[in-house]
Amino acid sequence: MNGSDSTTTADSAAGYSSAQASSDNYLTHGKGIMSWLGTLDHKRIGVMYLGCILFSFFLGGIFALLIRTELLTPGKTIVDADQYNQLFTLHGAVMIFLFLIPGIPAALGNFALPLMLGAKDVAFPRLNLMSWYLWVIGAIFAVASIVMGGADTGWTFYTPYSTSTDTAVISMVTGAFILGFSSIFTGLNFLVTIHRLRPPGMTWFKMPLFLWGIYGTAVMQVLATPVLGITLLLLIVERTLGFGIFDPALGGDPVLFQHFFWFYSHPAVYIMVLPAMAIMSEIFSVFSRKHIFGYKFIAFSSIALAILSFLVWGHHMFTSGQSALANFVFSALTFSVSIPTAIKMFNWLATMYKGNIHLDTPMIYALTFMFTFGIGGLTGLFLGALATDIHLHDTYFIVAHFHYTMFGGTVIAFLAALHYWWPKMFGKMYDEKLGRIAAGLVFIGFNTTFFTQFIMGSQGMPRRYYHYLDEFTIYHQISTAGSYLMAIAFFLMLYYLVKSLVSGKPAPANPWGGNTLEWHMTSPPPYYNFKEAPHVGDPYDFSDLEWDEKTGGYVSKSGRGAS
Amino acid sequence: MSMLTDLLASLFGMALLNGEKTFWLPEQASTAAKNVDWIFMFIYWLSTFFFVLIVGLTILFVIRYRARPGHKEQPSPSHSTLLEVTWSVIPSILLFFIFYYGYKGFMDLVVPPSNSYEIGVTAQRWSWNFTYPDGYVSENLHVPVDRPIRLVMTSEDVIHSFFVPAFRVKRDIVPGRYNVTWFEATKPGSYQIFCAEYCGTGHSDMLAQVIVHDTGEFDRWLEESSGFLDKLAPAEAGELLYKQRGCKQCHTLDGTIKIGPSFKDSYGIDHVLTDGSTVLAEENYYRQSMLDPQSQIVAGFDPVMPTYKGRLKDKEVTAIIAFIKSLSPYGAVEAETETPTESEAQPETDSATDDLD
Repeated sequence: MNGSDSTTTADSAAGYSSAQASSDNYLTHGKGIMSWLGTLDHKRIGVMYLGCILFSFFLGGIFALLIRTELLTPGKTIVDADQYNQLFTLHGAVMIFLFLIPGIPAALGNFALPLMLGAKDVAFPRLNLMSWYLWVIGAIFAVASIVMGGADTGWTFYTPYSTSTDTAVISMVTGAFILGFSSIFTGLNFLVTIHRLRPPGMTWFKMPLFLWGIYGTAVMQVLATPVLGITLLLLIVERTLGFGIFDPALGGDPVLFQHFFWFYSHPAVYIMVLPAMAIMSEIFSVFSRKHIFGYKFIAFSSIALAILSFLVWGHHMFTSGQSALANFVFSALTFSVSIPTAIKMFNWLATMYKGNIHLDTPMIYALTFMFTFGIGGLTGLFLGALATDIHLHDTYFIVAHFHYTMFGGTVIAFLAALHYWWPKMFGKMYDEKLGRIAAGLVFIGFNTTFFTQFIMGSQGMPRRYYHYLDEFTIYHQISTAGSYLMAIAFFLMLYYLVKSLVSGKPAPANPWGGNTLEWHMTSPPPYYNFKEAPHVGDPYDFSDLEWDEKTGGYVSKSGRGAS
Repeated sequence: MSMLTDLLASLFGMALLNGEKTFWLPEQASTAAKNVDWIFMFIYWLSTFFFVLIVGLTILFVIRYRARPGHKEQPSPSHSTLLEVTWSVIPSILLFFIFYYGYKGFMDLVVPPSNSYEIGVTAQRWSWNFTYPDGYVSENLHVPVDRPIRLVMTSEDVIHSFFVPAFRVKRDIVPGRYNVTWFEATKPGSYQIFCAEYCGTGHSDMLAQVIVHDTGEFDRWLEESSGFLDKLAPAEAGELLYKQRGCKQCHTLDGTIKIGPSFKDSYGIDHVLTDGSTVLAEENYYRQSMLDPQSQIVAGFDPVMPTYKGRLKDKEVTAIIAFIKSLSPYGAVEAETETPTESEAQPETDSATDDLD
């Protein structure tokens, strides 16, 4: 955390050996492009995923900046109405299907899950690689829609608009369909891995909470994503062959599509958020130097969310004309979802109590998460309540709400996890000071961008509007200014992360003092993870760890170390 | 619960009493707005409380327990069932209240009173058509103040959504079905209508206004606007009304018998009624059959026709009669000279007020 010299005692008795790491680790084991493209190593697949999803995030961010720039003035600023419609469709589809859904599980989860579990790899390494290739193919289809005329349906593909517009809907939908399989394979792999590859001693309740979160996520990926697959397939069939499934002109029902779509896409919200919560449970404990508070409640609340998320899809359709009874049931169930979320928030808070709180970059993001996800969750109450949802539905209030959960929750947690595991993944420390500055800028920029959207939304500004009434101009301009600030923060982040790879200080095995298994191996980890089954203890008991000035990290007092 | 409801409503609706635009919410111009707004503010203050609690404690803990020389973590339990139950049960109770009031407010928003004035809405890319009971169609929505308005809405193409922020009303308009919403405007004036469901290139230009007229002024506006009765020949206007106002469901034009007698060759001949008497089908016969259908049931038919008293204006009655006449060899020649003027057509027995529309 604040150590200086690090490599001199590389072969010390504690065994936190960064010299050994640089000679043989997963990054150096095998050279050349084919050793990556054909790898079955979960860590390398995780890194490949990371590169891809970071590029997707960049792409989605560029679309966001173009949208925000267009909205600087009520009339035309830089693009025309059709281009604007394509931009928000691309922004939504790229961010959700290419970044948020695979972001934490497939990239960071792939890297960390087997290490934290104590396994040599995931259960099906080939399937793991295949899921990455499917991601790439799906991404190509989705992005290719740009040159094929651009889809303009919004990421929700609502019928009958999506079956009647003459834009490149099929390419985009095919992309999402393929990406769905990538997601299913990842989920399936993690489920089997957690069930079958736990080493002796790694009982369910010895598992780090990150694994509980990923487990809940995997259940949803496997059960919900096929529904999206068949729905998108039906959409393609209707468009190409004229089957009347959703189009009333052909005898179909457009609201049926909404039911099918949200039956996947509401669990998908939790596919995105549950891993974010899972990371929070690790970071609050490690950086407070305190045992996680309420382990079992957090673990079970992950499972509760995974189950409840399947029962609330109708709350996206309160204005669609579904029956009052359906609205009654879905509203009630929606409120039940907020309880497990509240339990987690309170438990993280209690974890900090009487701790020794280290404000390193990952923890700055975790604290940001409390603030932004707190707002994201609480504003959900306005939308779960039927009377107020009617007014707020399809306005900027919704846009602000889901950005506070998706960005303020998932992206913030992703950034926390990225900074948390970066030293482990690449064996290099980034510039801590720049890291904190970037985190601060993200916080300010994000709130400036999206808090104003709550106000204009509750004032009645509808979403997906190219033109807007003059009275909303000031809100849009503040919002756009905030988005530029965020862009600066992300370019700063890009700078110091790339710099760390080139000239960063070598990372110690355990820079933050975590007690989950990945911190007991070298940074970066060895190719084979564990030579023998690792010793499994309480992942949140930090009493055996002490700060070691020489390595700039934490070491085990009892001599337990990297194998 | 109702005393509690009143208390909460007055407490959280306090800032909104005059109905002006506030920091969070637009102007209130419907009966529903007040109700929605206090629920909004109730949730708002509840959320603010929990937000300040969570973020306040977070900041407090960071300040008190931040890592610094001489500070170490202190032991404290890492589990407490009592705490877990507390912070599960208390929010659950509060959530129940939010749910309950949200649902109650919603039912008020979606169930129109039975005496509502009905206006048809047809949405299409990227314009609105509002159809009034007299068949007149306008692009902006005109309504009387202080009167419940029931909108029966459908779409010609893709999904749209009817949204008036000042009324706190929103309902999707789905092709192939009718979705219903309602509101009661409380202030004369002009209010923004948005399309709230994305519908393509002109989505953000699919705008219209609700123009709320003072009591009495609305009827005058509609009467003046519904000029088609004056512009078209009476028989043509009558044909339009025949199609729009529900005559055609029962009365055919080709002589086949449905629920009521066909209009073909009806005028100018004798009809036998159920009581055995005979009546010559001329103007007054049709007029009475529309305003008091049960008084003259033609033999062989059931007395199922609803009265159109108060639902049809004199001009419309006249137009429909002209249309019926044009379908008969007896009426076609006479039609030019014998169309009764409005003064002649004053009702003889019509003492009731038009409280049925």
